[in-house]
Amino acid sequence: MSEEKYIPKSKLGQWFDSRLPLLTLSHHLQSYPTPKNLNYWWTFGGILTFCLITQIVTGLVLAMHYVAHVDHAFESIEHIMRDVNYGWLIRYVHANGASMFFLAVYIHIFRSLFYGSYKAPREVIWIIGLLIYILMMATAFMGYVLPWGQMSFWGATVITNLFSAIPFVGESITTWLWGGYSVDNPTLNRFYSLHYLLPFLTCGLVVLHIWALHVPGNNNPIGIDVKKNSNETMPFHPYMVMKDLLALLLFITVFLWFVFFAPNVLGHPDNYIEANPLVTPAHIVPEWYLLPFYAILRAIPSKLGGVIFMFSAIFILMLLPWLDTSKVRSAIFRPIYKKFFWTLVFVVILLGYLGAKPPEGIYLILSRLATAYYFIHFLLVLPLLGRYEKTDPLPQSISDPVLDKPDMLDKFKKAAAEYEGENVGSFK
Amino acid sequence: MSKEIKPKRRDFIFTASYTIGAVGLGAAIWPLIDQMNPDASVKAQSTTEVDVGNVEVGKTITVLWRGKPIFIRRRTKSEIEEASKVDLKNLKDPEKDSDRAKNPEWLVMVGVCTHLGCVPLGDKGEYNAWFCPCHGSHYDTSGRVRKGPAPKNLEIPKYEFIDNNIIKIG
Repeated sequence: MSEEKYIPKSKLGQWFDSRLPLLTLSHHLQSYPTPKNLNYWWTFGGILTFCLITQIVTGLVLAMHYVAHVDHAFESIEHIMRDVNYGWLIRYVHANGASMFFLAVYIHIFRSLFYGSYKAPREVIWIIGLLIYILMMATAFMGYVLPWGQMSFWGATVITNLFSAIPFVGESITTWLWGGYSVDNPTLNRFYSLHYLLPFLTCGLVVLHIWALHVPGNNNPIGIDVKKNSNETMPFHPYMVMKDLLALLLFITVFLWFVFFAPNVLGHPDNYIEANPLVTPAHIVPEWYLLPFYAILRAIPSKLGGVIFMFSAIFILMLLPWLDTSKVRSAIFRPIYKKFFWTLVFVVILLGYLGAKPPEGIYLILSRLATAYYFIHFLLVLPLLGRYEKTDPLPQSISDPVLDKPDMLDKFKKAAAEYEGENVGSFK
Repeated sequence: MSKEIKPKRRDFIFTASYTIGAVGLGAAIWPLIDQMNPDASVKAQSTTEVDVGNVEVGKTITVLWRGKPIFIRRRTKSEIEEASKVDLKNLKDPEKDSDRAKNPEWLVMVGVCTHLGCVPLGDKGEYNAWFCPCHGSHYDTSGRVRKGPAPKNLEIPKYEFIDNNIIKIG
């Protein structure tokens, strides 16, 4: 990092910092230079950190009351909801918190896609982010199994059966995952153990994600490199901290609206029926945030094929920095890419809608078309666009798009003069 | 130093210690992996005996074996006929009905869809037999997959008639 060497003011601080440079770290986090044009789409990193902490804290407390046994799990959830002091609140925050976490992560990912934040030199940040996303999906899936309702049981059955599609060893892997011949008590126990573990692994990856971010610094809406510690950047604290806080408060408002006014709208009513291994619910659907991948799974008329396409849909994103060959980062200067971006957003939402519908008739046809488009976007459109798209000219600095507007500079000078009198310092 | 690079004593010691280390690590990890496989108490629930004396013709009962549903259907004459006259060429997973039901009147099979493990519904679907609601696989009156994403026929467990009315599964 291109910052000046930090020396703590107090003697004690100097003594401690030379032994463990925590104060240097804290100083770095505060003075970390951020581009001054970051918009509100950049506040979701902070929001996601909040989500992770909320899930860990509420989860920790729920674990004090939950019993991971097929005979008691369902009852213990009802016990939390009815008997435990504020149990209903803590559980609703945890359950809706998962949905809010995914909502925020999807916005964060699409922001990255729009502004090209995954491109050099930020490929490693992007890949670590995807690993976090995969861990989130695994954690959410295993958490959904714990209440041991009908959707828990059959969701677990379907997802673990995905592995039985692997040739030769599939059956053994599935039996190994289950610890038996079907989803049963051993499965519930290990899912609980892993559901507790994975968030802490996620925390570790978040540290790496931020560390990797702090090496090149933030991308920005214009997508050009900024000079650090210049008049193009501002220290993270207090400028970004305040902006993040405002966004976070708005986000929490939405979050709590769900918790207090519609706590079950994102869940499935069948999960309030205790698991029954003899009866599959008429329509089994995963939680909303997994629906696009579920639609891809069902679009392919072969078991192994469906599984391969579903996992490819996630892992193809890892290759994105190399599939997108355009040197221009931000979609603002890529008129054709911008159209394809919004088409992709539409197709992913469409896949989510189709994943919730029965796999027949027009729904099946549409999911096949949407699946095909999803892969075409990444494998064909992006590599070709980089070669053939005529991009708009990039500004020299992130200030130019603002200052280049007619009279803008005069307006600034006038405003500054009114504010400070004639003693305007080094205003350009 | 000679130009020819000969493996030295030290190289040998390195290779040998890496090898021993890898074997030791593998041996230490294996119990941690194998503990997740079915344990002795799970394996012990290997057989179930079912009294099918009062199952009427054209009815199915469902029993639990190893945590999975088992369909036991007393088939009607027309169902048996339909199942046995199917041309094997039309099947995704060709199997003769006579190989699937030793006693053609009784069809005993694991009621778990071979796609992703849901329980198919009875008397439904295009073959008026079994239909899986999860991802739309259709099975015929012999439990053979005819349409949809399922790769295989419904599994036939190991079973035998102990006497006229009792079936032992497993």
